[in-house]
Amino acid sequence: MAVREVSAGRVQARARRMPAAGVAANVTKYLLLIVLTVSFMLPFYWMITSALKDNAQVFTVPPVWVPIPAHWENYPNAWSTYNFNLYLVNTVVRYAIPVTIGTVLSSTVVAYGFGRLRWPGRDALFALCMATMMVPFAVTMVSLFITFKNIGWIPSYLPLVVPSYFGNPYFIFMLRQFFLTIPQELSDAARIDGASEFGILFNIIAPLAKPALTVVALFTFMGAWNDYMGPLVYLNSQKLYPIALGIENLRQTMQQVGATQLAYPYLMAVSAIATLPILIGFFFTQRTFIEGISLTGLKG
Amino acid sequence: MAVAIAKRRAWGSSQQRRLLLGLLFVSPWLVGFLLWTAYPVLSSLYYSFTRYDLLRPPVIIGLENYRQILSDDPVFGTVMYNTLYYVGLSAPLGVISAFLLATLLNTKMVGRSFFRAAFFFPAIVPAVVVAMVWQFLLNVQWGAIDATLRGFGLPAIPFLSNPTLAKPSLIMIHMWAQGNAMVIFLATLQDVPRSLYEAATVDGASAWHRFWHITVPMCTPVILFNLVMGFISGFQNFTLPRLLTNGGPNNATELYAVFLWRNAFSYLRMGKAAALAWILFVIIVVFTVILFRSSGRWVYYGGE
Repeated sequence: MAVREVSAGRVQARARRMPAAGVAANVTKYLLLIVLTVSFMLPFYWMITSALKDNAQVFTVPPVWVPIPAHWENYPNAWSTYNFNLYLVNTVVRYAIPVTIGTVLSSTVVAYGFGRLRWPGRDALFALCMATMMVPFAVTMVSLFITFKNIGWIPSYLPLVVPSYFGNPYFIFMLRQFFLTIPQELSDAARIDGASEFGILFNIIAPLAKPALTVVALFTFMGAWNDYMGPLVYLNSQKLYPIALGIENLRQTMQQVGATQLAYPYLMAVSAIATLPILIGFFFTQRTFIEGISLTGLKG
Repeated sequence: MAVAIAKRRAWGSSQQRRLLLGLLFVSPWLVGFLLWTAYPVLSSLYYSFTRYDLLRPPVIIGLENYRQILSDDPVFGTVMYNTLYYVGLSAPLGVISAFLLATLLNTKMVGRSFFRAAFFFPAIVPAVVVAMVWQFLLNVQWGAIDATLRGFGLPAIPFLSNPTLAKPSLIMIHMWAQGNAMVIFLATLQDVPRSLYEAATVDGASAWHRFWHITVPMCTPVILFNLVMGFISGFQNFTLPRLLTNGGPNNATELYAVFLWRNAFSYLRMGKAAALAWILFVIIVVFTVILFRSSGRWVYYGGE
């Protein structure tokens, strides 16, 4: 029925338009789309190709759009000369993985408490949990820094990792919304069979919520990978730098050298490599990704 | 049966049992709330009444930090102007950019998921990478844009090195990275009932009328949501102004969060930084309340 309505509408709409005008509108639309796509992608094209240049190709007017010869060796050289293997290990092993595990586990359990259990005071606490998202980062940053300094956690990844094991309101909200869509009968049946609430969560609800849990894991991992401000505040030791701080550090090193030795190509090369996992992750999970974002916005 | 009753008594009433179970499940968040939100929020209020450089113990100085910021600080006025300028333009322009892109993507087309990916991708690139690439791209001597202009014998545009152009350049980069808002708009647009457009078409409404009188009103709740998010994050924008221009040139991009960070970690004025954070907190709450109050006039809530 709905389908028939839609197609009837389209036929009417088409009948009203002059065919020539329709073609012109279409051409304009695709032209606009292509111009926009080119301008949105221009910074990435500039990044990838600038990484292939030597200094002579960088300092050229008008700019070189297709560097010939292409210096592909800039990519591995920039990466290994400036310690990026260490930064990579720091980012993934010390930061992204522990934070992802902590956020997924704790947010799932808390979201279950807010979304699948009925208890007095629940809604008030949930409102409080949501309200904490309004508190600016800056308000807690200063005194958290003082606390972590006093207990000897600076410099280390502990201030960035440990809080993630206490649930993230944004993801608690997202998972709760998802849990609410799962029929209550499933839980009731399991309760009659004598299952505990933790059993229900891990054996019934979590497997059904796999898409939402994937989104949480993906967003958390990417958040840690992209994070700049957290490491900047807590990690003032180069041995501990994640990639984000490594890139900034490379820029400073280059400025001290006097921007002579392939400063721009090397900066662009490590930037491109730091973007690659995000691109790959996005490419393979595009649908999950985009549905995850719409999920947070629509119910907001 | 008797055992079950005894067990239940031991647990207290069923209501209490439920409460305990609920609290058990949310306890990670509850403990985290006390440790990582409630305590730091209150203790930063305390620090805002002190002078504290991390080396010597804090000294209570009453409202001196607030007085100094609001009446003596030579930069604070500029910082407020920069921040209001940036937030006032970047939040609405970001929403408009996201909304128009979503509207364009919502038409019938070949290769929609390709175009959607292209418009969305800038939003998930590491902020440090965004800063490095745009800094080079907008470089007045060798950047892609200015080197091209100079190649044609045209004058170069000092995007980041001119105090008048630096803030608009930041806003332009912000508009480029609106993928999240765009995707939320796209999902909303797909939920607008087709029947509304059909009825309007039958009544002879032009494409522009359908857009302005159906699409826009149906999206106002999400426009409000994205606008609020844009304001809140705009007030706290740190990474780009710090990495691209580090507050310069001539303090033109010294936004609130950059100024706060500088006071805390460059000058080690923890007390002043805490006071700045609390002023920011109040500003954000006031802005959000005003926005929600105004929403009754322009936001359309379907059935309600």
